[in-house]
Amino acid sequence: MKPAPFEYFDPGTVEEAVSLLREHGEEAKILAGGQSLMPLLHMRMARPEALIDLSKVAGLEYIRETDGALAIGAMTTKRAVERSPLVHTRQPLLHAATRLIAHPQIRNRGTVGGSMAHADPAAEYPAVALVLDAELRAVGPDGERAIRAGDFFQGYLGTALEPAEVLIEVRFPVLMNGMGWAFQEVSRRHGDFAMTGAAVTLTVGDAASCREARIVLFGVGPAPIRARGAEQLLVGEALGEELLERAGRKASEDLDEPLTDVHASADYRRHLAEVLTRRTLTEAAGRASGG
Amino acid sequence: MPKARTIHLTVNGVTHEGVVEPRLTLADFLRGELGLVGTHVGCEHGVCGACTVLLNGKTVRACLMLAVQADGAELTTVEGLDEDGRLHPIQEAFLEEHGLQCGFCTPGFLLTVYELLEDSPEPSEDEIMDALGGQICRCTGYQPILAAVRLAAAKLQQARAAGAGQQAQA
Repeated sequence: MKPAPFEYFDPGTVEEAVSLLREHGEEAKILAGGQSLMPLLHMRMARPEALIDLSKVAGLEYIRETDGALAIGAMTTKRAVERSPLVHTRQPLLHAATRLIAHPQIRNRGTVGGSMAHADPAAEYPAVALVLDAELRAVGPDGERAIRAGDFFQGYLGTALEPAEVLIEVRFPVLMNGMGWAFQEVSRRHGDFAMTGAAVTLTVGDAASCREARIVLFGVGPAPIRARGAEQLLVGEALGEELLERAGRKASEDLDEPLTDVHASADYRRHLAEVLTRRTLTEAAGRASGG
Repeated sequence: MPKARTIHLTVNGVTHEGVVEPRLTLADFLRGELGLVGTHVGCEHGVCGACTVLLNGKTVRACLMLAVQADGAELTTVEGLDEDGRLHPIQEAFLEEHGLQCGFCTPGFLLTVYELLEDSPEPSEDEIMDALGGQICRCTGYQPILAAVRLAAAKLQQARAAGAGQQAQA
């Protein structure tokens, strides 16, 4: 349980990190908070020749509101997000999800950018990014670009980042007036990876009819996914109990075969997807106010 | 063989210099190079919490950090809690409430409780559970540890009140 040898770099700027990535190619790994990468190094499931630590890069730790979004620097810790009054008031779904990530000792080191770039299928932040339609900003040899969350997560531990790109910021749209939201997961113990989780946002119009719904499930496939069939069931309809139950069933039925592992069977994950979709929709509908 | 690096860090108020290979974890540096074996290494992948130390006042897993990353940092390990051989009030509380049996997990618990009570001197049950959730104990069943945290909070409150009283008199 010790990492294989690697060369260690701690560049002071994003540009230096990018040029180190170019130099070392596929043999290099970016180290952010290390709370996922370090275990992989210990178990030698990852054996990079070069480790490029972003902790000395200045200016990647911040939370600020710009253009209707919370812009969060990639090296901002989850603890900082958890304790940010701005996040709590302007994007409560992000706050609620952060409280479910591991434990304080892990949140003290683990970063927003690290979770996105690692893209664990059972992790909370990729699901948050997808349900809120966040924008991820990366810098590469050709400069900076923005990637929508829907395009960013690609299969198991896969992202749209190019080999020499560094994720520098995530922009989460702030909660719109009247929008309902919910984030729930089921794990063996508090702080464990979720066996399955659901994240939902809803807007309602007159007579409590649904104007727009976004439902994201995670822990059920190689990456977080939208439950589009269930979303379509809701739009234009009054959000009654029976409808939300049907949406839960639809979200579950539409899933490709979920993973079976030591934590949960595919059947159990499918069951959780139904229950959590229904519960999050119910919670979100309770928070939504029409107009 | 990757180049070794020279690091400087403060541990329990004492400055140290070390020459480390990049892959050496902070936990192994503390134990192997500095001889501070109070930091226990359990799972080596961040799950058990035995190696938890304070890095610039915040709890971190010493197994999930490289020693090179602690260059310039201030660390507190379990060896830094007592004052001239007198147990810290948190340690006293663990002793009095039987918050430990085999003691393997205890250093991580003590530092976790230290951070908790610094941040939140009168923690709610939820806050206590959230903080302790990251630490695994296989002996106690946790109830004596919860009792120890409540007692430690009370002891520290008393100590603060006594300190404030003395200041008022002076």
